[in-house]
Amino acid sequence: MIKVENLTKRYAGQTAIQDLNFEVGKGEIMGFLGPNGAGKSTTMRILSSFMPPTSGRATIAGFDIFEQSLQARAQLGYMPENVPLYGDMRVNEYLEYRAALKGVPQRRIAERVGDVKELCGLKEVEKKLIGALSKGYRQRVGLADALVHEPALLILDEPTSGLDPNQIRQVRELIKNLGKQHTILLSTHILPEVEMTCSRVIIINRGRIEACDTPENLLGQIRTAGGISLEAQVGSDNGAEELKKIAGVRDVTTASEGEWSLFALRVESGADVRAEVFRLATQRHWTVRELSQRKATLEDVFVEITHPDAR
Amino acid sequence: MRKFFVLLSREVRSYFYSPIAYIVLVFFLLVSGADFYFQLSFMNQRPVPYSVQEAFFNSVFFWFAFVLIFPLITMRLFAEEFKLGTIEPLMTAPIRDWQVVLSKFFGALIFYMILWIPTLLYFAIFQAITHQPAANSGGAYLGAYLMLLLLGMFYLSVGCLASVLTKNQIIAAIISFCVITLLFFLGLVSFILLDVSSSTRQLLGYFSAIEQMGTLSRGEIDTRPIVLYLSMTIVMLVLTHQAFQSRKWRL
Repeated sequence: MIKVENLTKRYAGQTAIQDLNFEVGKGEIMGFLGPNGAGKSTTMRILSSFMPPTSGRATIAGFDIFEQSLQARAQLGYMPENVPLYGDMRVNEYLEYRAALKGVPQRRIAERVGDVKELCGLKEVEKKLIGALSKGYRQRVGLADALVHEPALLILDEPTSGLDPNQIRQVRELIKNLGKQHTILLSTHILPEVEMTCSRVIIINRGRIEACDTPENLLGQIRTAGGISLEAQVGSDNGAEELKKIAGVRDVTTASEGEWSLFALRVESGADVRAEVFRLATQRHWTVRELSQRKATLEDVFVEITHPDAR
Repeated sequence: MRKFFVLLSREVRSYFYSPIAYIVLVFFLLVSGADFYFQLSFMNQRPVPYSVQEAFFNSVFFWFAFVLIFPLITMRLFAEEFKLGTIEPLMTAPIRDWQVVLSKFFGALIFYMILWIPTLLYFAIFQAITHQPAANSGGAYLGAYLMLLLLGMFYLSVGCLASVLTKNQIIAAIISFCVITLLFFLGLVSFILLDVSSSTRQLLGYFSAIEQMGTLSRGEIDTRPIVLYLSMTIVMLVLTHQAFQSRKWRL
């Protein structure tokens, strides 16, 4: 659906994105991750033909975004960051206008606008001025706008930014459902969201793609796949030294809280050493009050990839 | 073509969503009403060699209101879209740049023409009350309104260009106000130059909106202003289109 080859964008004096190459297949939900200023919005703006790349090329459903921009734009629904809208129009009015502008046939406009209002939960505000809507509703109007002409591809730039947790959950459900009929490229900072909704993830940092894989594979790849924490009274033993002897443990950090020692174990990816830790503890007569495993999340992947020195 | 009309209809409606339209309409009605009233009371006092309609379209009052309305009509056209960021959803829809430029220009032109509708009523009322024609001939009406249309098109296109250059509406208004007044006063210079035969005076006379209005509102349809203003409008719109397209490369 999307094919990007050596896409580069330079602003005056600085490079926003450098030689991006990726593909998004039909029906995929692709998550686009990266710290602020990594080039996510730039990439999305280029794909939606809002601005041209400095070099490289990209196609949407086979249409070149620069040479056949109109056809490419007809294929996609784009929701920009912060969702700029005409505050002086009413929700109904705006969606009808957008539908007509995107080439929905006159006789189908009412039906399509009705459908997207239903889908995005806009029924109760349909007669309100957009300027008077809360952030959550504005976001939904933006999403309804992106959907109104039944595009094959949705490009959503931070669809959940500025929403409260309930709204985020609703939007996430909506995106999941949309993924059944549409190809979706979405960017976000909220990592659990990507884990839950996306079939593949691109992590971009300083304008370059650092990783591109399924969330599961990314979790498997990282050096430190989570860790184990142990809270115990170890008496006169050197707990850290003992724990390090267990196979699969890479590193142990120690802290103390009164007479309790708190150990944080970093383990090899895929390893589960909880049983060995328990055995060690019983053997050495440690009093244990907590032994737990922390699973690696996409957040760990993200931090490790975009900030290799942070951990 | 359908997309152009969708855009155009939003442009025209958007004037009436904002208070600017009503402020401009009221201001314009007041000034043109006062103009009409003062011309009539002046004519009541002494005989004059011109008609009511000619007097109306050639007074200081009229021109004062005239140059002021263009910045007000055009300042928000592009500047507001840039400022609000609505240019992004707009230009990622499958539409062409020229459709946007033309829809904004013709939207402004339609609003401008709506402004003039009440003035037709002045002449109708005058005729109904006094049982005298307000103009010497039907052609005089045609000429005066043709001149309004032509000059309006040109000044609106200047306003479009000013608005596409900035995302600040105030700056757009100031640019277009300065350019329009400058162009307007360029024509006035010919009245100051005393040497009647000088070629500068003659040259400036070609650009003098006041002189052209004098001719056309008598009912003499001169083709020179028609060609001048139509071609200048096209030049301004082409420049606007160029400036609008260039935004992509400046981003």
